Amino acid sequence: MGKVFAVIVVLIAFASAVPIITHHWFGTAIELRPPEDISTHGHAIDEQLSETMVEAGLSFLAAQFVLAFFVWKFSNRSANAEIKTFPGGAKWLVIAALALVGTEMLALGVLGQRAWATVYFTPAKPDALQVQAQAGQFAFYFRYPGADGKFGDLHPDKIDEGNSNFFGLDPANDVDSRDDIVTGELAIPANREIHLLMHAKDVGHSFYVRELRIQQDFVPGLDLSVHFTATKVGKYEIVCTQLCGLGHYNMKAYLNVLSQEDFDSWLKQKASEQ
Amino acid sequence: MFKTRWFASLLSLVVSPGLLFGAATISGKVTYTGTPAKSKTIDMSKEPSCAKQHTTPITTEAVVTGPNNSLANVVVYISAGAPDESSAPSQAVTFTQKGCQYIPHVIALRTGQELKVVNDDQTSHNIHPMAKVNREWNKSQPPGTPPLSEKFDKEEFIPVKCNVHPWMHGYFAVLKTSHYTLSGEDGSFKLPDLPAGKYTITAWQEDYGTQTQDVTISGNETKTVDFTFKAKPY
Repeated sequence: MGKVFAVIVVLIAFASAVPIITHHWFGTAIELRPPEDISTHGHAIDEQLSETMVEAGLSFLAAQFVLAFFVWKFSNRSANAEIKTFPGGAKWLVIAALALVGTEMLALGVLGQRAWATVYFTPAKPDALQVQAQAGQFAFYFRYPGADGKFGDLHPDKIDEGNSNFFGLDPANDVDSRDDIVTGELAIPANREIHLLMHAKDVGHSFYVRELRIQQDFVPGLDLSVHFTATKVGKYEIVCTQLCGLGHYNMKAYLNVLSQEDFDSWLKQKASEQ
Repeated sequence: MFKTRWFASLLSLVVSPGLLFGAATISGKVTYTGTPAKSKTIDMSKEPSCAKQHTTPITTEAVVTGPNNSLANVVVYISAGAPDESSAPSQAVTFTQKGCQYIPHVIALRTGQELKVVNDDQTSHNIHPMAKVNREWNKSQPPGTPPLSEKFDKEEFIPVKCNVHPWMHGYFAVLKTSHYTLSGEDGSFKLPDLPAGKYTITAWQEDYGTQTQDVTISGNETKTVDFTFKAKPY
Protein backbone atom coordinates (compact mmCIF):
# COMPACT_ATOMS: atom_id res chain seq x y z
CA MET A 1 0.00 0.00 0.00
CA GLY A 2 2.81 2.39 0.94
CA LYS A 3 4.43 1.90 -2.44
CA VAL A 4 1.20 2.97 -4.12
CA PHE A 5 1.31 6.23 -2.10
CA ALA A 6 4.87 6.83 -3.24
CA VAL A 7 3.85 6.42 -6.86
CA ILE A 8 0.87 8.76 -6.35
CA VAL A 9 3.14 11.44 -4.85
CA VAL A 10 5.37 11.26 -7.93
CA LEU A 11 2.37 11.45 -10.26
CA ILE A 12 0.97 14.49 -8.41
CA ALA A 13 4.37 16.18 -8.65
CA PHE A 14 4.51 15.66 -12.42
CA ALA A 15 0.88 16.65 -12.96
CA SER A 16 1.44 19.89 -11.00
CA ALA A 17 4.49 20.74 -13.05
CA VAL A 18 2.77 20.32 -16.41
CA PRO A 19 0.59 23.49 -16.40
CA ILE A 20 3.48 25.61 -15.14
CA ILE A 21 5.87 24.29 -17.78
CA THR A 22 3.33 24.74 -20.59
CA HIS A 23 2.47 28.20 -19.28
CA HIS A 24 6.06 29.31 -19.45
CA TRP A 25 7.52 27.60 -22.46
CA PHE A 26 4.64 26.61 -24.67
CA GLY A 27 2.27 29.42 -23.76
CA THR A 28 1.43 30.55 -27.28
CA ALA A 29 -0.15 27.20 -28.05
CA ILE A 30 -2.67 27.55 -25.25
CA GLU A 31 -2.68 31.36 -25.08
CA LEU A 32 -1.44 31.49 -21.53
CA ARG A 33 1.95 33.07 -22.02
CA PRO A 34 2.32 36.56 -20.57
CA PRO A 35 1.66 39.26 -23.20
CA GLU A 36 4.50 40.59 -25.26
CA ASP A 37 6.86 42.86 -23.36
CA ILE A 38 6.96 46.39 -24.83
CA SER A 39 9.33 47.98 -22.33
CA THR A 40 13.08 48.29 -22.08
CA HIS A 41 13.20 46.96 -18.52
CA GLY A 42 10.58 44.22 -18.86
CA HIS A 43 12.97 41.48 -20.01
CA ALA A 44 14.79 41.64 -16.66
CA ILE A 45 11.51 41.13 -14.83
CA ASP A 46 10.48 38.31 -17.16
CA GLU A 47 13.85 36.59 -16.68
CA GLN A 48 13.60 36.98 -12.94
CA LEU A 49 10.13 35.48 -12.90
CA SER A 50 11.33 32.59 -15.04
CA GLU A 51 14.27 32.00 -12.74
CA THR A 52 12.03 32.05 -9.70
CA MET A 53 9.65 29.67 -11.40
CA VAL A 54 12.43 27.27 -12.41
CA GLU A 55 14.07 27.27 -8.99
CA ALA A 56 10.82 26.97 -7.07
CA GLY A 57 9.68 24.28 -9.52
CA LEU A 58 12.85 22.23 -9.20
CA SER A 59 12.77 22.54 -5.40
CA PHE A 60 9.16 21.42 -5.41
CA LEU A 61 9.89 18.41 -7.62
CA ALA A 62 12.99 17.47 -5.56
CA ALA A 63 11.03 17.67 -2.32
CA GLN A 64 8.23 15.52 -3.74
CA PHE A 65 10.70 12.90 -5.05
CA VAL A 66 12.52 12.71 -1.70
CA LEU A 67 9.17 12.33 0.02
CA ALA A 68 8.19 9.57 -2.41
CA PHE A 69 11.56 7.86 -1.89
CA PHE A 70 11.12 7.74 1.89
CA VAL A 71 7.53 6.57 1.61
CA TRP A 72 8.66 3.78 -0.75
CA LYS A 73 11.68 2.77 1.32
CA PHE A 74 10.05 2.63 4.72
CA SER A 75 6.57 1.50 3.72
CA ASN A 76 7.22 -2.09 4.79
CA ARG A 77 9.20 -1.26 7.93
CA SER A 78 8.41 -3.70 10.74
CA ALA A 79 6.78 -2.31 13.88
CA ASN A 80 9.84 -2.94 16.07
CA ALA A 81 12.54 -1.67 13.66
CA GLU A 82 15.02 0.86 15.00
CA ILE A 83 14.02 4.53 14.45
CA LYS A 84 16.86 6.66 13.11
CA THR A 85 16.95 10.42 13.64
CA PHE A 86 18.63 13.26 11.82
CA PRO A 87 22.29 13.60 12.93
CA GLY A 88 22.30 16.07 15.84
CA GLY A 89 18.55 15.82 16.44
CA ALA A 90 15.60 18.09 15.67
CA LYS A 91 17.50 21.32 16.41
CA TRP A 92 20.06 20.68 13.66
CA LEU A 93 17.33 19.52 11.31
CA VAL A 94 15.58 22.88 11.67
CA ILE A 95 18.84 24.79 11.32
CA ALA A 96 19.73 22.86 8.15
CA ALA A 97 16.27 23.47 6.66
CA LEU A 98 16.41 27.18 7.48
CA ALA A 99 19.88 27.47 5.95
CA LEU A 100 18.75 25.72 2.79
CA VAL A 101 15.56 27.76 2.32
CA GLY A 102 17.25 30.96 3.48
CA THR A 103 20.05 30.61 0.92
CA GLU A 104 17.51 30.04 -1.80
CA MET A 105 15.46 33.11 -0.77
CA LEU A 106 18.56 35.26 -0.43
CA ALA A 107 19.82 34.16 -3.84
CA LEU A 108 16.49 35.04 -5.47
CA GLY A 109 16.44 38.38 -3.67
CA VAL A 110 19.96 39.30 -4.74
CA LEU A 111 19.29 38.28 -8.33
CA GLY A 112 15.89 39.99 -8.30
CA GLN A 113 17.48 43.22 -7.13
CA ARG A 114 18.74 43.82 -10.68
CA ALA A 115 15.23 43.80 -12.14
CA TRP A 116 13.81 45.85 -9.28
CA ALA A 117 16.63 48.39 -9.39
CA THR A 118 16.07 49.28 -13.05
CA VAL A 119 12.61 50.55 -12.11
CA TYR A 120 12.90 51.76 -8.54
CA PHE A 121 16.51 52.46 -7.59
CA THR A 122 17.57 54.50 -10.58
CA PRO A 123 16.02 57.90 -11.13
CA ALA A 124 14.44 58.88 -14.44
CA LYS A 125 16.74 60.68 -16.84
CA PRO A 126 16.48 64.48 -16.65
CA ASP A 127 15.19 64.63 -20.23
CA ALA A 128 12.42 62.08 -19.59
CA LEU A 129 8.95 63.21 -20.62
CA GLN A 130 7.04 64.20 -17.49
CA VAL A 131 3.42 63.14 -17.35
CA GLN A 132 1.21 63.26 -14.30
CA ALA A 133 -1.32 60.51 -13.70
CA GLN A 134 -4.25 61.07 -11.41
CA ALA A 135 -6.33 58.16 -10.20
CA GLY A 136 -9.79 58.85 -8.83
CA GLN A 137 -12.98 56.88 -8.52
CA PHE A 138 -13.31 55.53 -11.25
CA ALA A 139 -11.13 56.92 -13.99
CA PHE A 140 -7.55 57.86 -14.72
CA TYR A 141 -6.67 61.32 -15.96
CA PHE A 142 -3.33 62.41 -17.33
CA ARG A 143 -1.71 65.81 -17.45
CA TYR A 144 1.04 67.13 -19.72
CA PRO A 145 2.80 70.34 -18.74
CA GLY A 146 2.16 72.16 -22.03
CA ALA A 147 4.43 74.60 -23.82
CA ASP A 148 5.96 76.13 -20.67
CA GLY A 149 7.11 72.71 -19.43
CA LYS A 150 5.63 73.44 -16.00
CA PHE A 151 2.70 71.85 -14.22
CA GLY A 152 0.28 74.21 -12.53
CA ASP A 153 -0.31 73.66 -8.82
CA LEU A 154 -3.17 71.49 -7.63
CA HIS A 155 -5.99 72.92 -5.57
CA PRO A 156 -8.34 70.13 -4.47
CA ASP A 157 -11.04 72.70 -3.68
CA LYS A 158 -11.06 73.77 -7.33
CA ILE A 159 -11.90 70.31 -8.65
CA ASP A 160 -14.94 70.78 -10.87
CA GLU A 161 -15.69 67.72 -12.93
CA GLY A 162 -18.62 69.36 -14.71
CA ASN A 163 -16.11 71.76 -16.24
CA SER A 164 -13.53 69.03 -16.90
CA ASN A 165 -11.29 70.40 -14.15
CA PHE A 166 -10.39 66.96 -12.80
CA PHE A 167 -7.06 67.99 -11.27
CA GLY A 168 -8.20 71.13 -9.49
CA LEU A 169 -6.27 73.66 -11.54
CA ASP A 170 -6.66 77.37 -10.94
CA PRO A 171 -6.13 79.01 -14.35
CA ALA A 172 -7.61 82.30 -13.11
CA ASN A 173 -4.66 82.87 -10.76
CA ASP A 174 -2.04 80.34 -11.79
CA VAL A 175 -0.43 81.09 -15.14
CA ASP A 176 1.50 77.78 -15.20
CA SER A 177 -1.71 75.79 -15.28
CA ARG A 178 -3.27 77.59 -18.26
CA ASP A 179 -1.48 75.54 -20.90
CA ASP A 180 -1.63 72.23 -19.02
CA ILE A 181 -3.11 69.49 -21.18
CA VAL A 182 -5.49 67.11 -19.42
CA THR A 183 -6.51 63.90 -21.18
CA GLY A 184 -8.32 60.67 -20.47
CA GLU A 185 -5.82 58.48 -22.31
CA LEU A 186 -2.10 58.20 -21.82
CA ALA A 187 -0.40 58.78 -25.15
CA ILE A 188 3.38 58.57 -25.15
CA PRO A 189 6.10 58.59 -27.79
CA ALA A 190 7.84 55.26 -28.36
CA ASN A 191 11.50 54.89 -27.38
CA ARG A 192 11.46 57.88 -25.08
CA GLU A 193 11.65 57.61 -21.33
CA ILE A 194 8.47 58.58 -19.50
CA HIS A 195 8.50 59.79 -15.93
CA LEU A 196 5.01 59.16 -14.64
CA LEU A 197 4.20 61.19 -11.52
CA MET A 198 1.43 59.47 -9.66
CA HIS A 199 -1.20 61.08 -7.54
CA ALA A 200 -4.41 59.69 -6.02
CA LYS A 201 -7.43 61.93 -5.67
CA ASP A 202 -9.41 59.87 -3.20
CA VAL A 203 -8.51 56.31 -2.24
CA GLY A 204 -5.79 53.79 -3.14
CA HIS A 205 -5.64 52.78 -6.80
CA SER A 206 -3.11 51.04 -8.98
CA PHE A 207 -1.51 51.60 -12.38
CA TYR A 208 -1.04 48.31 -14.18
CA VAL A 209 -0.03 47.78 -17.79
CA ARG A 210 0.79 44.14 -18.40
CA GLU A 211 2.77 44.83 -21.54
CA LEU A 212 4.91 47.41 -19.73
CA ARG A 213 5.56 45.02 -16.82
CA ILE A 214 4.65 47.84 -14.46
CA GLN A 215 2.29 47.67 -11.56
CA GLN A 216 2.44 50.47 -9.05
CA ASP A 217 -0.05 51.56 -6.42
CA PHE A 218 -1.36 55.07 -6.04
CA VAL A 219 -1.43 56.00 -2.36
CA PRO A 220 -3.40 59.05 -1.26
CA GLY A 221 -1.04 61.65 0.14
CA LEU A 222 2.12 60.16 -1.37
CA ASP A 223 3.91 61.47 -4.44
CA LEU A 224 5.00 58.26 -6.12
CA SER A 225 6.47 57.87 -9.56
CA VAL A 226 7.59 55.26 -12.05
CA HIS A 227 9.68 55.61 -15.16
CA PHE A 228 9.71 53.44 -18.24
CA THR A 229 10.40 53.41 -21.94
CA ALA A 230 7.91 51.79 -24.31
CA THR A 231 9.38 50.36 -27.49
CA LYS A 232 6.41 49.22 -29.52
CA VAL A 233 3.73 51.39 -31.10
CA GLY A 234 0.24 50.21 -30.17
CA LYS A 235 -2.71 50.56 -27.87
CA TYR A 236 -2.65 48.84 -24.49
CA GLU A 237 -4.96 48.73 -21.51
CA ILE A 238 -4.23 50.46 -18.21
CA VAL A 239 -6.24 48.88 -15.43
CA CYS A 240 -6.70 49.62 -11.77
CA THR A 241 -5.62 46.56 -9.79
CA GLN A 242 -6.40 47.84 -6.32
CA LEU A 243 -10.02 47.37 -5.26
CA CYS A 244 -11.16 50.98 -5.00
CA GLY A 245 -14.95 50.84 -4.75
CA LEU A 246 -18.14 50.01 -6.58
CA GLY A 247 -16.93 51.06 -10.03
CA HIS A 248 -13.50 49.44 -9.73
CA TYR A 249 -14.33 46.90 -12.44
CA ASN A 250 -14.75 49.77 -14.90
CA MET A 251 -11.68 51.77 -13.91
CA LYS A 252 -9.42 51.70 -16.90
CA ALA A 253 -7.77 53.86 -19.51
CA TYR A 254 -5.72 53.27 -22.62
CA LEU A 255 -2.01 53.60 -23.13
CA ASN A 256 -1.39 54.77 -26.66
CA VAL A 257 2.22 54.35 -27.74
CA LEU A 258 2.81 56.53 -30.81
CA SER A 259 5.70 57.49 -33.00
CA GLN A 260 7.25 60.81 -31.99
CA GLU A 261 5.62 62.45 -35.00
CA ASP A 262 2.14 61.12 -34.21
CA PHE A 263 2.60 61.99 -30.57
CA ASP A 264 3.42 65.60 -31.40
CA SER A 265 0.30 66.01 -33.50
CA TRP A 266 -1.81 64.22 -30.89
CA LEU A 267 -0.57 66.58 -28.18
CA LYS A 268 -1.26 69.57 -30.40
CA GLN A 269 -4.79 68.36 -31.03
CA LYS A 270 -5.40 67.81 -27.31
CA ALA A 271 -4.00 71.24 -26.48
CA SER A 272 -6.57 72.81 -28.78
CA GLU A 273 -9.37 70.97 -27.00
CA GLN A 274 -8.56 72.37 -23.55
CA MET B 1 -56.18 93.14 4.22
CA PHE B 2 -54.55 89.72 3.69
CA LYS B 3 -57.77 88.04 4.59
CA THR B 4 -59.60 90.04 1.95
CA ARG B 5 -57.08 89.00 -0.69
CA TRP B 6 -57.30 85.41 0.36
CA PHE B 7 -61.03 85.60 0.17
CA ALA B 8 -60.90 87.28 -3.19
CA SER B 9 -58.60 84.66 -4.65
CA LEU B 10 -60.72 81.90 -3.18
CA LEU B 11 -63.79 83.48 -4.65
CA SER B 12 -62.15 83.76 -8.04
CA LEU B 13 -61.18 80.10 -7.80
CA VAL B 14 -64.80 79.18 -7.26
CA VAL B 15 -66.23 81.59 -9.79
CA SER B 16 -63.74 81.09 -12.54
CA PRO B 17 -60.76 78.78 -12.25
CA GLY B 18 -59.46 80.34 -15.44
CA LEU B 19 -58.71 83.53 -13.61
CA LEU B 20 -56.16 81.76 -11.43
CA PHE B 21 -54.15 80.93 -14.51
CA GLY B 22 -54.36 84.35 -16.01
CA ALA B 23 -53.44 85.42 -19.47
CA ALA B 24 -50.46 87.59 -18.68
CA THR B 25 -47.01 86.54 -19.85
CA ILE B 26 -43.51 87.33 -18.76
CA SER B 27 -40.97 86.85 -21.48
CA GLY B 28 -37.41 87.89 -22.00
CA LYS B 29 -33.91 86.94 -22.89
CA VAL B 30 -30.90 85.77 -20.91
CA THR B 31 -27.57 87.11 -22.06
CA TYR B 32 -24.06 87.49 -20.71
CA THR B 33 -21.39 90.16 -20.71
CA GLY B 34 -17.68 89.45 -20.73
CA THR B 35 -15.92 86.31 -21.89
CA PRO B 36 -17.29 82.94 -20.85
CA ALA B 37 -14.95 80.01 -20.23
CA LYS B 38 -14.25 77.93 -23.30
CA SER B 39 -16.15 74.67 -23.41
CA LYS B 40 -13.76 71.77 -23.06
CA THR B 41 -13.81 68.64 -25.16
CA ILE B 42 -14.81 65.62 -23.13
CA ASP B 43 -12.42 62.69 -23.34
CA MET B 44 -14.40 59.50 -22.84
CA SER B 45 -11.86 57.12 -24.38
CA LYS B 46 -12.10 54.84 -21.36
CA GLU B 47 -15.68 53.98 -22.38
CA PRO B 48 -15.43 52.96 -26.05
CA SER B 49 -19.14 52.02 -26.31
CA CYS B 50 -20.01 55.65 -25.55
CA ALA B 51 -17.13 57.34 -27.37
CA LYS B 52 -18.12 55.74 -30.67
CA GLN B 53 -21.62 57.27 -30.45
CA HIS B 54 -20.18 60.75 -30.91
CA THR B 55 -18.88 61.44 -34.38
CA THR B 56 -17.78 64.86 -33.20
CA PRO B 57 -16.56 64.92 -29.60
CA ILE B 58 -18.94 66.49 -27.12
CA THR B 59 -17.99 69.39 -24.92
CA THR B 60 -18.74 70.51 -21.37
CA GLU B 61 -22.14 72.13 -20.89
CA ALA B 62 -21.72 74.16 -17.73
CA VAL B 63 -22.11 77.32 -19.82
CA VAL B 64 -24.00 77.01 -23.11
CA THR B 65 -23.93 80.13 -25.21
CA GLY B 66 -25.65 81.09 -28.44
CA PRO B 67 -25.51 83.94 -30.95
CA ASN B 68 -25.62 87.54 -29.69
CA ASN B 69 -24.26 86.64 -26.26
CA SER B 70 -27.31 84.57 -25.43
CA LEU B 71 -27.21 82.09 -22.59
CA ALA B 72 -29.07 78.79 -22.80
CA ASN B 73 -30.00 76.28 -20.06
CA VAL B 74 -30.84 79.04 -17.57
CA VAL B 75 -33.72 78.12 -15.28
CA VAL B 76 -36.16 81.05 -15.04
CA TYR B 77 -38.97 80.74 -12.50
CA ILE B 78 -41.30 82.64 -10.24
CA SER B 79 -39.71 82.47 -6.83
CA ALA B 80 -42.27 84.59 -5.01
CA GLY B 81 -45.80 85.80 -5.64
CA ALA B 82 -47.04 82.83 -7.59
CA PRO B 83 -50.28 81.31 -6.41
CA ASP B 84 -49.77 78.15 -4.34
CA GLU B 85 -50.43 75.00 -6.21
CA SER B 86 -51.25 71.88 -4.32
CA SER B 87 -50.29 68.98 -6.53
CA ALA B 88 -47.43 68.26 -8.86
CA PRO B 89 -48.14 67.44 -12.49
CA SER B 90 -48.76 63.76 -13.03
CA GLN B 91 -46.53 63.63 -16.07
CA ALA B 92 -42.99 62.45 -15.32
CA VAL B 93 -39.85 64.29 -16.36
CA THR B 94 -37.32 62.13 -18.18
CA PHE B 95 -33.56 62.36 -17.73
CA THR B 96 -31.64 60.17 -20.14
CA GLN B 97 -28.12 58.79 -19.99
CA LYS B 98 -27.02 58.35 -23.57
CA GLY B 99 -23.54 58.24 -25.00
CA CYS B 100 -22.27 58.78 -21.43
CA GLN B 101 -23.92 62.18 -21.38
CA TYR B 102 -26.93 63.52 -19.48
CA ILE B 103 -29.69 64.57 -21.84
CA PRO B 104 -30.81 67.22 -21.21
CA HIS B 105 -28.02 68.74 -19.17
CA VAL B 106 -30.45 70.64 -16.92
CA ILE B 107 -34.01 69.65 -16.10
CA ALA B 108 -36.54 71.60 -14.07
CA LEU B 109 -39.29 69.80 -12.21
CA ARG B 110 -41.84 70.34 -9.49
CA THR B 111 -41.42 69.13 -5.94
CA GLY B 112 -43.14 65.76 -5.79
CA GLN B 113 -43.14 65.32 -9.55
CA GLU B 114 -41.98 61.97 -10.86
CA LEU B 115 -38.49 61.84 -12.32
CA LYS B 116 -37.66 59.03 -14.70
CA VAL B 117 -33.99 58.17 -15.20
CA VAL B 118 -33.31 56.17 -18.34
CA ASN B 119 -30.10 54.31 -19.23
CA ASP B 120 -29.81 54.12 -23.01
CA ASP B 121 -26.19 52.95 -22.93
CA GLN B 122 -24.46 49.61 -23.11
CA THR B 123 -22.58 50.39 -19.94
CA SER B 124 -23.60 50.73 -16.31
CA HIS B 125 -24.28 54.16 -14.93
CA ASN B 126 -24.54 55.22 -11.32
CA ILE B 127 -26.56 58.36 -11.06
CA HIS B 128 -25.80 60.43 -7.98
CA PRO B 129 -27.79 63.61 -7.29
CA MET B 130 -25.69 65.36 -4.67
CA ALA B 131 -28.65 66.74 -2.76
CA LYS B 132 -28.12 68.68 0.45
CA VAL B 133 -31.69 69.69 1.33
CA ASN B 134 -33.37 66.63 -0.10
CA ARG B 135 -32.29 63.08 0.69
CA GLU B 136 -29.08 62.22 -1.13
CA TRP B 137 -29.00 58.93 -3.00
CA ASN B 138 -27.11 57.16 -5.74
CA LYS B 139 -28.33 54.30 -7.84
CA SER B 140 -26.57 51.88 -10.12
CA GLN B 141 -28.27 51.22 -13.43
CA PRO B 142 -26.84 48.40 -15.54
CA PRO B 143 -27.61 48.38 -19.27
CA GLY B 144 -31.10 47.18 -20.11
CA THR B 145 -32.62 47.90 -16.71
CA PRO B 146 -35.98 49.71 -16.61
CA PRO B 147 -36.05 53.44 -15.85
CA LEU B 148 -35.58 54.52 -12.26
CA SER B 149 -38.38 56.49 -10.70
CA GLU B 150 -37.66 59.11 -8.04
CA LYS B 151 -39.16 62.20 -6.43
CA PHE B 152 -37.77 65.19 -4.56
CA ASP B 153 -39.78 66.82 -1.77
CA LYS B 154 -38.01 70.11 -1.30
CA GLU B 155 -36.97 73.00 -3.49
CA GLU B 156 -33.29 72.67 -4.41
CA PHE B 157 -30.80 72.97 -7.26
CA ILE B 158 -29.12 69.59 -7.20
CA PRO B 159 -25.86 68.89 -9.02
CA VAL B 160 -25.95 65.40 -10.52
CA LYS B 161 -22.98 63.23 -11.32
CA CYS B 162 -22.30 59.69 -12.45
CA ASN B 163 -20.16 57.77 -10.00
CA VAL B 164 -18.65 55.69 -12.80
CA HIS B 165 -18.02 58.37 -15.44
CA PRO B 166 -16.52 61.49 -13.83
CA TRP B 167 -17.22 63.71 -16.86
CA MET B 168 -20.98 63.19 -16.67
CA HIS B 169 -22.63 66.14 -15.01
CA GLY B 170 -26.07 67.67 -14.93
CA TYR B 171 -28.51 69.55 -12.73
CA PHE B 172 -31.97 68.99 -11.32
CA ALA B 173 -33.81 72.22 -10.59
CA VAL B 174 -36.51 71.16 -8.15
CA LEU B 175 -39.00 74.00 -7.75
CA LYS B 176 -42.07 74.68 -5.63
CA THR B 177 -43.81 76.45 -8.48
CA SER B 178 -44.93 75.14 -11.82
CA HIS B 179 -44.21 78.54 -13.39
CA TYR B 180 -40.72 77.76 -14.62
CA THR B 181 -38.92 77.41 -17.90
CA LEU B 182 -35.44 77.03 -19.35
CA SER B 183 -33.92 79.57 -21.68
CA GLY B 184 -33.57 78.26 -25.21
CA GLU B 185 -30.54 78.27 -27.47
CA ASP B 186 -31.24 81.92 -28.33
CA GLY B 187 -31.51 82.77 -24.61
CA SER B 188 -35.23 83.49 -24.79
CA PHE B 189 -37.79 82.33 -22.28
CA LYS B 190 -41.49 82.71 -21.68
CA LEU B 191 -43.60 82.28 -18.53
CA PRO B 192 -47.20 82.25 -19.77
CA ASP B 193 -50.61 81.95 -18.09
CA LEU B 194 -49.95 84.23 -15.17
CA PRO B 195 -52.68 86.01 -13.24
CA ALA B 196 -52.18 89.66 -12.47
CA GLY B 197 -49.91 90.25 -9.50
CA LYS B 198 -46.54 91.14 -8.15
CA TYR B 199 -43.88 88.53 -8.78
CA THR B 200 -40.24 87.89 -8.10
CA ILE B 201 -38.58 86.27 -11.09
CA THR B 202 -35.38 84.35 -10.53
CA ALA B 203 -32.90 83.23 -13.15
CA TRP B 204 -30.39 80.54 -12.19
CA GLN B 205 -27.27 79.52 -14.06
CA GLU B 206 -25.15 76.70 -12.67
CA ASP B 207 -21.83 78.55 -12.81
CA TYR B 208 -22.97 82.15 -12.52
CA GLY B 209 -25.51 81.82 -9.71
CA THR B 210 -28.90 83.52 -9.41
CA GLN B 211 -30.41 86.87 -10.27
CA THR B 212 -33.82 88.16 -9.26
CA GLN B 213 -36.12 90.87 -10.53
CA ASP B 214 -39.45 92.09 -9.22
CA VAL B 215 -42.22 92.65 -11.70
CA THR B 216 -45.85 93.67 -11.41
CA ILE B 217 -48.27 92.66 -14.10
CA SER B 218 -51.89 93.43 -14.57
CA GLY B 219 -54.48 91.97 -16.89
CA ASN B 220 -53.41 90.32 -20.08
CA GLU B 221 -50.20 92.20 -20.71
CA THR B 222 -46.88 90.69 -21.76
CA LYS B 223 -43.99 92.05 -19.77
CA THR B 224 -40.39 91.78 -20.82
CA VAL B 225 -37.81 90.89 -18.21
CA ASP B 226 -34.24 90.41 -19.35
CA PHE B 227 -31.38 88.94 -17.37
CA THR B 228 -27.70 89.59 -17.93
CA PHE B 229 -25.04 87.47 -16.26
CA LYS B 230 -21.42 88.38 -15.91
CA ALA B 231 -19.35 85.69 -17.58
CA LYS B 232 -16.01 84.57 -16.16
CA PRO B 233 -13.22 83.41 -18.48
CA TYR B 234 -12.05 80.83 -15.88
